Amino acid sequence: MPAHSSRFKEQALAAFASVTPTPGVAKPDPIIVADKVTRKFGGLTAVNVDHVEIQRGSITALIGPNGAGKTTFFNLITGFDSVNEGSWTLNGEQIVGTPPHKVARKGMVRTFQLTKALYRLSVLDNMRLAATGQRGESFIRGLFPFIWRRQESAITAQAEELLTRFQLIDKKSDFAAALSGGQRKLLEMARALMVKPEIVMLDEPMAGVNPALKQSLLGHIKDLRDEGMTVLFVEHDMDMVRDISDWVIVMAEGKIVAEGTPESVMGNQAVIDAYLGAHHDLSLDEGPR
Amino acid sequence: MDFLFITQQSLSAAIGVNTIIFALAAIGLNMHFGYTGLLNFGQAGFLAVGAYSVAVAVVSFDISLWIALLIGIGNSIILALLLGIPTLRLRADYLAIVTIAAGEIIRQVARSATFNDTLGGSDGITGKFGKEFFDLNPFTEGLDLPFLRYTPNDLWVVIVGWIVVAFILILMWLLVNSPWGRLLKAIREDEDAVRSLGKNVYLYKIQSLIAGGVIGSIGGFVYALSRQSVQPDNYGTALTFFAYTVLILGGAARVMAPIAGAIIFWFLLVFVEQLLRQAVSAGYIPEWLIGVNQVGQIRFMLVGLGLMLLMIFRPQGIFGDRKELALDARA
Ligand SMILES: Nc1ncnc2c1ncn2[C@@H]1O[C@H](COP(=O)(O)OP(=O)(O)OP(=O)(O)O)[C@@H](O)[C@H]1O
Ligand SMILES: [Mg+2]
Repeated sequence: MPAHSSRFKEQALAAFASVTPTPGVAKPDPIIVADKVTRKFGGLTAVNVDHVEIQRGSITALIGPNGAGKTTFFNLITGFDSVNEGSWTLNGEQIVGTPPHKVARKGMVRTFQLTKALYRLSVLDNMRLAATGQRGESFIRGLFPFIWRRQESAITAQAEELLTRFQLIDKKSDFAAALSGGQRKLLEMARALMVKPEIVMLDEPMAGVNPALKQSLLGHIKDLRDEGMTVLFVEHDMDMVRDISDWVIVMAEGKIVAEGTPESVMGNQAVIDAYLGAHHDLSLDEGPR
Repeated sequence: MDFLFITQQSLSAAIGVNTIIFALAAIGLNMHFGYTGLLNFGQAGFLAVGAYSVAVAVVSFDISLWIALLIGIGNSIILALLLGIPTLRLRADYLAIVTIAAGEIIRQVARSATFNDTLGGSDGITGKFGKEFFDLNPFTEGLDLPFLRYTPNDLWVVIVGWIVVAFILILMWLLVNSPWGRLLKAIREDEDAVRSLGKNVYLYKIQSLIAGGVIGSIGGFVYALSRQSVQPDNYGTALTFFAYTVLILGGAARVMAPIAGAIIFWFLLVFVEQLLRQAVSAGYIPEWLIGVNQVGQIRFMLVGLGLMLLMIFRPQGIFGDRKELALDARA
């Protein structure tokens, strides 16, 4: 095993030991269970997932070629888009049709493939905004700073700690618009963590992040799992997928075509076909980035 | 040419009743547009509701002015809910369309013959509905300084008006610097991002619409009381667009912007008018070029030109930050 192997990694992997790597397989302790999730755009079926479960406390990668339906699947289960049919549960609770802000409050927070930094807010305000249960968010109480000032300092301290972790602390007073593309990705991820989610769903968190920072981010993502959080992420970078994920789910043309540990999935014929089409003479390891 | 008179007229206007009315309308828009990104093109409707609530309640229903003011605020809240509930879930442009239509509907209903008995039709309502307010006026004489001149009633309106404006600005400052205000600004930047963090965007947009609408309707109170009359055509779309002008002139999303904008707007308007008027009657401008009767229109052209130049050379407005404005381009 590589050097980063940890007790938590082993725990997570142990949970998958008894799971057969077939599409839609049941997991020992799923946080999300989705059934027959279908989304059509006109004639195009973007998502058609028969059954999928996401194991709690693990890092699960969702991979697949461009247009496979990964982002659409994220949009559906976080309430940003509505399904044609299907249902899914979070912690056993049906949340179909739940509006996005309520999904987030239930502990499932997502980031966006096209980064959504709040441009004309400072980096620090981007972070502070995300804290939950703020007293000053009510119109009336907002008028009386003494009601929320103490809480605001606690939130600020928490935000600064995360910003330090994500190497953005020097930028805290800048407008988010002044950040680079990669830094915005980092900000968005850090901001999602301010919500203290149970599960974070990251849509291509590493796109455009420089390799050195990527390494440290990978460390942070592992830390999240080690703190008990569930991570589901979409990524095209196979090195990263191999490095940090405990489990990999492969989507192609809206369906789940394979599941398994990173090693088993990378060699899977269905996956290679999905990425490269039926005729190919490349192996996935040197394949698309 | 009587420059002292020109100055006196311009300065009296710059801090006068109209400035207060437009400042209040623009403060409301600042809440909507400047801080929340809501395109409300029906602000005139909120002023109309405020003005008519007072006039109708006192004149047609014989209700005390103070209660009428509360009714006016209640009505503007109802209007905000009517406009907001169906549209604020939809894309931003829907609110713009609905508000511009609603503003016109309110004006048309007010001037329609059907409701002549209560709303006064196209003549509006004129009466002593401000009596209770002016009874409190301690000034028996107006102000007559070389640079400033008000009748006793105007002086009273101006003083009370600026106190109200100051009070609202303090509330506004507290609000926009609170977590509540931060949420509005975040909504202005990207609603979906805010939703993804567990915030009920819809609720906050409605609160913003109500708050800005109520402030606008207070502008309507000033409009009605200062003139002791309401006329439907004063509350047309031009009022809304002048209020936007005032806001942009001062710099959107700046608490003090509507004040600076309104002062400059009314100073320029009156200054240009008086200057032209005197120049024409003194023969400096030949009659064939600008007649006395055309001054009213020409001043808008000249003020418009002036505002265009200002926007070209200072697009961020008086208080705005040019760097921040540039971020609009989604750098
Ligand atoms: N709003 C939409 N309207 C119409 N078609 C859409 C819409 N959103 C997605 N699609 C289509 O659905 C399919 C899945 O898109 P999706 O964005 O989910 O892919 P993805 O797996 O996230 O791809 P990528 O890796 O490139 O981000 C694509 O064929 C896309 O064209
Ligand atoms: Mg995608």
